[in-house]
Amino acid sequence: MMDRIAQLRREAEAAVEAAGSTGELEELRVRFLGRRAELPQLLRRVRELAASDRGPVGQAANQARQALEEMIGRRGAQLDAAELDARLAQDRVDVTLPGDPVEPVGRRHLITQTRLEIEDVFIGLGFDVAEGPEVESVYYNFDALNHLPAHPARARTDTFYVSDDVVLRTHTSPVQIRAMEERPPPLYIVIPGRVYRPDSDATHTPQFHQVEGLAVDQDVTLADLHGTLLAFARAVFGPRREVRMRPHFFPFTEPSVEVDVSCFRCTGGVLEDGSRCPLCKGEGWIEVLGAGMVDPNVFEHVREHGYDPERIQGFAFGMGIERIAMLKHSVPDLRLFYDNDVRFLEQFG
Amino acid sequence: MRVPIRWLHDHCRPALDPAQLAERLDMTGTKVERVLRHGVTALDAFVVGKVLEAERHPNADRLSVCRVAVGEVDVAQIVCGAPNVAAGQTVAVARPGAVLPDGSRLDAAELRGVVSEGMILAEDELGVGTEHAGILILDEDGLAPGTPLLDVLPIADDVLELEVTPNRPDCLGIYGVAREAHAATGAPLGTPPWAEDPGAPGPVDGVEVIVEVPDLCPRFTARRFDDVRVGPSPAWLKARLMAAGQRPISNVVDVTNYVMLLTGQPLHAFDLDRVAGGRLVVRRAGDGEEVETLDGEVRRLDPDVVVICDDQGPTSIAGVMGGARSEVSGSTMRVLMEAATWNGPNLQRTSTRLGLRSEASARFEKQLQPEQALEAQAVAAALLERVCGARLVPGTVDVGGPGPPPRTVRLRTARMAALLGEQIPIQRAAEILKSLGFSVANAEDGLDVTVPHHRRDDVAREADVIEEVARIDGMERLPATIPSRPDGGGGLTPAQRARRRVEDLLADHGLLEIVGWSFQAPSVADRLRLPADDRRRRAVRLQNPLSSEQSAMRTLLLGSLLDAAAHNAAHHASDLRLFETGAVYVDDTGGPLPDERRHVGVLLTGAARPRSWRTPEPPPSDFFAAKAVLAALLDALRIPWSLAPATEPFLHPGRAAAVNAGEETLGWLGEVHPLVCRGWELDAAAGFELDLDRVAQLAAAGVPVYRELSPFPAVRQDLAVVVGDAVPAAAVVDVVRRAGGGELARVDVFDVYRGPQVGEGRVSLALALEFRAADRTLTDEEVAAHRRRIAAALADELEGTLRV
Repeated sequence: MMDRIAQLRREAEAAVEAAGSTGELEELRVRFLGRRAELPQLLRRVRELAASDRGPVGQAANQARQALEEMIGRRGAQLDAAELDARLAQDRVDVTLPGDPVEPVGRRHLITQTRLEIEDVFIGLGFDVAEGPEVESVYYNFDALNHLPAHPARARTDTFYVSDDVVLRTHTSPVQIRAMEERPPPLYIVIPGRVYRPDSDATHTPQFHQVEGLAVDQDVTLADLHGTLLAFARAVFGPRREVRMRPHFFPFTEPSVEVDVSCFRCTGGVLEDGSRCPLCKGEGWIEVLGAGMVDPNVFEHVREHGYDPERIQGFAFGMGIERIAMLKHSVPDLRLFYDNDVRFLEQFG
Repeated sequence: MRVPIRWLHDHCRPALDPAQLAERLDMTGTKVERVLRHGVTALDAFVVGKVLEAERHPNADRLSVCRVAVGEVDVAQIVCGAPNVAAGQTVAVARPGAVLPDGSRLDAAELRGVVSEGMILAEDELGVGTEHAGILILDEDGLAPGTPLLDVLPIADDVLELEVTPNRPDCLGIYGVAREAHAATGAPLGTPPWAEDPGAPGPVDGVEVIVEVPDLCPRFTARRFDDVRVGPSPAWLKARLMAAGQRPISNVVDVTNYVMLLTGQPLHAFDLDRVAGGRLVVRRAGDGEEVETLDGEVRRLDPDVVVICDDQGPTSIAGVMGGARSEVSGSTMRVLMEAATWNGPNLQRTSTRLGLRSEASARFEKQLQPEQALEAQAVAAALLERVCGARLVPGTVDVGGPGPPPRTVRLRTARMAALLGEQIPIQRAAEILKSLGFSVANAEDGLDVTVPHHRRDDVAREADVIEEVARIDGMERLPATIPSRPDGGGGLTPAQRARRRVEDLLADHGLLEIVGWSFQAPSVADRLRLPADDRRRRAVRLQNPLSSEQSAMRTLLLGSLLDAAAHNAAHHASDLRLFETGAVYVDDTGGPLPDERRHVGVLLTGAARPRSWRTPEPPPSDFFAAKAVLAALLDALRIPWSLAPATEPFLHPGRAAAVNAGEETLGWLGEVHPLVCRGWELDAAAGFELDLDRVAQLAAAGVPVYRELSPFPAVRQDLAVVVGDAVPAAAVVDVVRRAGGGELARVDVFDVYRGPQVGEGRVSLALALEFRAADRTLTDEEVAAHRRRIAAALADELEGTLRV
């Protein structure tokens, strides 16, 4: 009996060693360890043996079974690994084929991108964003902004009229008046928006976009305007920019200034190679916006809303979004903004 | 406004080169557009010459070969084509190397076989006049050959081109600019050129002026000059006018232009012998009245135009252009010199209406002051005597007289510092104001500042005076400070943040933002098939559009999106994902302003995804592609929404829906009608358009409140139901949801089948159900009960049968 067990064990071990696949191994497992196989049968019949034989035979058979199970397990793992390797080697792709297309990349329009950039600078400086209608009354667009009845900007060559009393706003300034009517000072707002003037050529489109700012408080000064615009210029055009204010004339500010930013392509109008800077035309400065201290007459229109020009004062500024975008991104032609050619749209935002 | 530097130097001579002066003027409020070079360059090559001999060219009848002394000993051989060249003349010579005003460079040349070492010049070749028929003969005696020509003639000058703002008509004259240069640089200012007036007040013999419209003509002055000899102007006068951009015409006319350029006040010279009756009447024109102007045109007038008439009717359009009838000519003997003040806005209207803008009308439009009229008369009288040999007849016609007395404004030192954010010493302020022509007197808290007439309309209040001080003191020196905000503040409203989110989401889902035109052609309403009673036909119309193509304001964004798609399709880009946010305007409020609100629009064309080797034929951008974008947007914003079948005239009738949030319709979703697509030459398109203001409000409303996370597992089951073809999937889901109760956590449609297995007119929907309870694990029996209830409700309400 003991011999038979040893023989079975040898036989089985040799067969497992020689097994070439997991399938073959499974057959061997059934043959040697299955319900009807000799070794388990033998184990089941141990109790029929003589009492003295039971111990050694049972022990030997059990050891043989355990050894065999272990060996089949080990051999199985080896064969599994080999077979997986073979299968994976078969399962090969052409790695040079293109990957799946992801969802295309969307972009904001350059006008929007620039508007948000400007808004965010002023939000950081403590300004709110105010908005108002594009189709606007003559009162808000002109009368309340110190434009005398004969002011040339009111002419039909300079303003789109819907009726005698209604225009397409020519600037975002009417929102200044609307905001002051709604809220007493202190008032710190920027006003982005679309505006309209009847011009159409390489440097004018009949619609364009502005951002205007208004700060009204008890002690807002021209020096504060200077500092505010310096912060703006550095945020948008780079940390080493300077600004300078040149006296100018606007009907709704007094004093009025035009504001230049030091050129961000050159030093003092000269490029590194010694040639004249084409962006600032050798000036070293680029005009970017108009500004000034709010004219007392403008406050007269909202005096009863808390804007007594003897008690409060403020500054205002306005700039063209397209102009800022063109300067910053070297866009050569205003009309590109409104063609909406995807090859243009994909470049920004 | 062109300011020749040499002319400016007559009145103020700052020790600055032209570029430095331009910079200083720029920084004090007189904008210099550019500094031009007028006249010739390479000045060494221009000399005085003396013609020693002039003989006919051997090979050309019209040319002369001259020997010209061009230095103490130098003699040049010059071939000259002028008929008037002769030995003995003193002439202007350009030697090789000279550069003429047009930029051409002169070199030694051979003309018909004879060498020419230079050129004898005519006026126009030097930019000092317009004469070209003959050479310029210098009449000054004793000029040595070789003398630099610049010593004799202003053949080169730097010219400042100024942009004068509308509040500063005083800078439309050289002397006014000199005053600014004086204030800006400190260089002394010469006495005003009108300081000595040869004339005097009093009636003028043989001249009468009646002003019927004093509101439109605040002042009219006139002087009479006899024994006038009309002829060409002297060289210096012509050269000045040329440098300032005016063509010389004749001495009398040149004097009027010269005085205008110097003082800013235009003048008009009448031939007094052609002023019928010797009497001028200033009145409004009759409706349809006609006048022939100097340029030979007959102009039809209306009563808003002011005319100057003699006994035979209109002889001049006030301030705009003289009449042909009384024009000064070569035979004029007596001149009536007019200097008047006109109403600026009225004059601007006239010049715009008649399409006549001149140097004179451009000045009058800015509203000149009555005092300027006599200043100009004074300068003109002296010049007419000097240049035309004229004799001033005593007296001055003066209707209207000077303007109102000067205004005095208090400048408070404290107020100035508060506005500027910097203290300017009051003595400095006083100096600046005096240099600009203001008079000042000390006051307890600052200065009393009296405004000169040349700044009467511009400086009326303290803020105006502060600006004067600040701009000359130098705004570039102001410190840069930031307002100190006691209340903090700053930021976007929740709705503004939501709008930014909308744009971000669309860009993140691969859409490119466009910016369309607010204007469109009225025919876009037809192209979008809007019926006559559609409110979106009630567009805001412009009274003065640039073209009919841009005469109506858009009522939908769809037109702009289709325009952009068509533009790109024409450039072979047809797989497009576009969006726009912008205002639309509907004129149906009954009030003065239209209903203006922001929309967001999306348009998809072509393939929904790029082609690839795994999906060589990607699905088209159809209804469901657009719906996916809509869902991505509204779900991200947590706006509960639903679609309902709907019709829009511009959408495919079977593939159109209203986008609803609760009871409210936010907009439309659908495939664009094939006929609309055809109108934009597109194959197909789908998209949606929503009221962005409402979307932003809904997105900004409400704060999410935490819901308990159930620790118990969900039970997932599929269910297939067959219903009538016309039953919307949303109705099925709705029934399932109601019947499923609170423990049905989710329902999704994941398959749709039509075909023989479900029968004609029927559709099978496969639904994925998820059940979950907050407080326990659901048992199979509980889920089976839910399922039975759902099946019963489907059968009951929709005649639905479960498929097994």
